[in-house]
Amino acid sequence: MSKQKKTMNLNFGPQHPAAHGVLRLILELDGEVVEKADPHIGLLHRGTEKLIEHKTYIQALPYFDRLDYVAPMNQEHAFALATEKLLKIEVPIRAQYLRVIFCEIGRILSHLLNVTTQALDVGALTPSLWGFEERETLMTFYERASGSRLHANYFRTGGVHQDIPKNLLIDIEKFCEKFPKTIDDLENLLTDNRIFKQRNVDIGIVSKQDAISHSFSGVMLRGSGVAWDLRKSQTYECYEELDFKIPIGKNGDCYDRYLCRMEEMRESVKIIQQCLRKIPIGPIKTIDGKISPPKKEDLKESMEALIHHFKLFTEGYRVPKGDVYCSVEAPKGEFGVHLTSDGSNKPYRCKIRAPGFSHLQAMDYLIRGHMLADVPAVLGSLDIVFGEVDR
Amino acid sequence: MKSTDLNKLLNSELTTKIKESSIENDELLIDVEINNLHSVLLFLKTDIKFKFKQLIDIVAVDYPNNEKRFKIYYLLLSHENNIRIKISITFNIDEKIPSITKIYPSANWMEREVFDMYGIKFKNHPDLRRILTDYNFKGFPLRKDFPLTGFNEVRYSEKEKKVIYESVKLEQNYRDFDFDSPWEGTKYLENLKLKTKNE
Repeated sequence: MSKQKKTMNLNFGPQHPAAHGVLRLILELDGEVVEKADPHIGLLHRGTEKLIEHKTYIQALPYFDRLDYVAPMNQEHAFALATEKLLKIEVPIRAQYLRVIFCEIGRILSHLLNVTTQALDVGALTPSLWGFEERETLMTFYERASGSRLHANYFRTGGVHQDIPKNLLIDIEKFCEKFPKTIDDLENLLTDNRIFKQRNVDIGIVSKQDAISHSFSGVMLRGSGVAWDLRKSQTYECYEELDFKIPIGKNGDCYDRYLCRMEEMRESVKIIQQCLRKIPIGPIKTIDGKISPPKKEDLKESMEALIHHFKLFTEGYRVPKGDVYCSVEAPKGEFGVHLTSDGSNKPYRCKIRAPGFSHLQAMDYLIRGHMLADVPAVLGSLDIVFGEVDR
Repeated sequence: MKSTDLNKLLNSELTTKIKESSIENDELLIDVEINNLHSVLLFLKTDIKFKFKQLIDIVAVDYPNNEKRFKIYYLLLSHENNIRIKISITFNIDEKIPSITKIYPSANWMEREVFDMYGIKFKNHPDLRRILTDYNFKGFPLRKDFPLTGFNEVRYSEKEKKVIYESVKLEQNYRDFDFDSPWEGTKYLENLKLKTKNE
């Protein structure tokens, strides 16, 4: 006589603190073991791609802040690179360094949030309190450069919006000296913590092959032992001139991914320190008046500047026909923009490739056979932010 | 490997299966027939010279004025060889596209998204449901003939004590400005000329 198997369906989310946003996960449970997971996404879908089709290139940029809202500038970077590739313009060196500095700050912002909230999900409260204090400091840097803490809208096609205030670099340097100590403290709390290890070691293991075939990127890929980082392998901006290491995991479990993130933060600090040493003085955006707006003081005297200003903020610039795919190593993985231009001042089609989308897709594969209590741990280590998954 | 070398190598390997290949902005784009899509992708994934083992994304584009309305790009990446490639197909809405979930498991959600946004149907897809839009959503939002404002809006009704759907009511229509250069003749001037001519 065969025993009849009874499964139970459980709705995890959309209002659940461990769902990291608005994820509705329908779990099929056999006792406490997950048989199947069906993520329902799209609860935060705002139609970003459609909206971008109706905006000029300058107006389209702020939408990228709202995708992965814990590391806004990394997203802007991909869009800026894509338009620059179509327009075939060069970015001044100072602007490149500024971009790298803020992208690495974004990486620390994102990893801090992820590591600490993952710890929170498995029961540790203190890391998030310590981590968020540092995030606060980093967001003040964002604010001082761009005027806003989160939705920076700082990068521009051909450079950045404006030069940074005088003492910002000094303060960032001070932060870089102090911050590794905070990472040490966090590691003290977590790395050898018995509970943290019990919840994460050997949970959500991804093999090398599976990580590639499930379109994983970033830490999810590196945690499984694939040496792949776009900053190294398909280098962009001034990463070539910087010396940094890419931490790689071994077992491909949640714990390895945590370790990778911790190590990446240390590397980011090193990158920022090198940038601070190397950053030259000079222009911060392309001098092409058809693409970057003129200085405010020029508007009072130069007729041409006035015309450029008017044209740029009404019509915007026209981007040559063609399509292009540009990707950056965002904190969560490969963030790409596939831009199709029809030669007008608005993108014809802008497809956003969000790393979280493919990571979440693998949820079913990752969680099958695990216990219900492992769901938050796996979800936490995927580093899901719904802004980018739902777009 | 550079895009040009890759192009040569691919052309000699796939020969007739390639309809057209071009290099634009350092990116190799290969246009194939729908019937060949499966075999080309399988070849690119398994052949030891290429090893395009990762599907990065599936991008659909709508060209309402073209004879074949839709275009899909498959973006592939080879970690071993550090190269990228784009495969494209063009087709009409009544055609069904073979699903590539058997070759790349991650294509599942990407194809669902394309279906959701454009209404493009995939043959042999294991689970072709809508993914990003609301439950019971109608229409295909990323098609060019879908209005930016959509058709329905939701709000919480105090009277009925639940969330209700209503058709969109706008105080002012969404305006798309005409940015054609006045020196080359704008649309509104042309329309004006036509009008006076007819009268």
